Amino acid sequence: MSDLSRRKLIVGGLAATAGVAALGVAARLAQKYGLIPPDHGGIWGLGETLDYASQRLLTRHSLAREFSRSQISKRPLANEIAPPSDAFKRLQAGGFADWRLTVNGMVDRPASFSLAQLKSYPSRSQITEVVCEEGWSYIAEWIGVPLSHVLNLVGVQPQARYVVYFSIEPDWWESMDMADAMHPQTFLTYGMNGDELPVGNGGPLRMRLPRQLGYKSVKFITHLTVTDSMKKFGKGLGSASPEAGYAWYAGI
Amino acid sequence: MATLGSAQVPLDARAPSPASVVRPATIASRHSALVRVTHWIITLCFFALLVSGVEILISHPRFYWGETGTVLTKPLFQLPIPSSRDLVPTGYGYVLPDQNGWSRSLHFQAAWIAVLTGLLYAIFGLFTGHFRKNLLPGKAHLSWQSFSTAVASHLRFERPGEAEVSSYNVLQRLAYLFVIVVLFPLVIWSGLAMSPAFDSAFPSTVTLLGGRQSARTIHFFVSVALTLFLLVHIVMIYLAGFWSRTRAMITGRASSRMERT
Repeated sequence: MSDLSRRKLIVGGLAATAGVAALGVAARLAQKYGLIPPDHGGIWGLGETLDYASQRLLTRHSLAREFSRSQISKRPLANEIAPPSDAFKRLQAGGFADWRLTVNGMVDRPASFSLAQLKSYPSRSQITEVVCEEGWSYIAEWIGVPLSHVLNLVGVQPQARYVVYFSIEPDWWESMDMADAMHPQTFLTYGMNGDELPVGNGGPLRMRLPRQLGYKSVKFITHLTVTDSMKKFGKGLGSASPEAGYAWYAGI
Repeated sequence: MATLGSAQVPLDARAPSPASVVRPATIASRHSALVRVTHWIITLCFFALLVSGVEILISHPRFYWGETGTVLTKPLFQLPIPSSRDLVPTGYGYVLPDQNGWSRSLHFQAAWIAVLTGLLYAIFGLFTGHFRKNLLPGKAHLSWQSFSTAVASHLRFERPGEAEVSSYNVLQRLAYLFVIVVLFPLVIWSGLAMSPAFDSAFPSTVTLLGGRQSARTIHFFVSVALTLFLLVHIVMIYLAGFWSRTRAMITGRASSRMERT
């Protein structure tokens, strides 16, 4: 009997040691392959890391579902946002002619683009669904220039890991990893359903990531920064969302 | 004899101790350690998923069928409750506190732990014969006679007999199997179908359910079914003797002596 239990104890001990070692190795590998999200700390860190790591492994190149024209929602919901700032209203009064998108950080040629310039680049469209964390969703045709096109123009440096993007409205900013930034469906969107992008849906310029929830598709984009670390931005959690209690990665 | 080792030996494997001699009742080994540990981990996860799920739900207590749905479209139905977001017209003059942030994080973290624990349980159940021995109804169970006896005794709210101290009756077996083989897989599937990134890699996850909003509605109804199962489960344990059954799921040992407490 004691032999049997001693064997149990030894086997259990070895299994526990192997388990801890495996976790250590997994953490090293995850770090190496960029599978640890910026908001991996805290009590929800385990879940956020498992969500991000597993989905990054499964979905690095996968395409969001695209729908047929007949499936476009008749009334695309323009959900409420805070009243626009004075800066936005001034640009709106001028028909957004002076709207600029500035790009800097770890790029070879920092640049500033007007809407007309962005519209002069090859235009792409996708019929994809906007999914809100509240539960509702609608389908629309989104027209814009792939973010990768703009990033290739400015020349992203090899050590880059994230693209941080800012709205003209204060404290509204997000970031995405390079897999999402270079993804063919990640658009700087200026049109919707064959028309200009309405202000209520994020016009004149909205970031669109159809593989993540709506809150990652920030409205009224004016600035992008390419970086290798999120530590210097805000509280270092990756974006404004984790600071408000939401996951940085919103593919789920 | 190593004293360290003897502490590891389960009680039922020892020679009869004075305590069990005094008790005329048999002490049977009831639940294996793996069943007990996974049972309580999944219990904790289920409560976390239920609370956080309700919190997420009240941010949009409307349900739709098909791919899309917003406050601008006609819902399949709307729960008559207030909402935690002012986007939803509820008829109530107030908006509940918004708890979506931590609720979503808790929901997914608990889901990971529940699914990984459930996988461990499923592998164990398949390879040790736990499913075959304890959950699959045997030939004797499936006769009309035994089935109607079980239904009748349940309808009379009778306390279970001695046989059920060490084994599940046919209705229990069918209920547990339904939860393990149908409801749990369906709630995981419909939950994954709501992930836009998961759908991009495995689009049939959502299309087979009839669209994103259908998946959300199915997720709701399966959660309701699981909650009803939990309520019935607790009532049954209460009728069978709450402490003896709960003790069995904690210590692994079942005493056939009827509870008097």
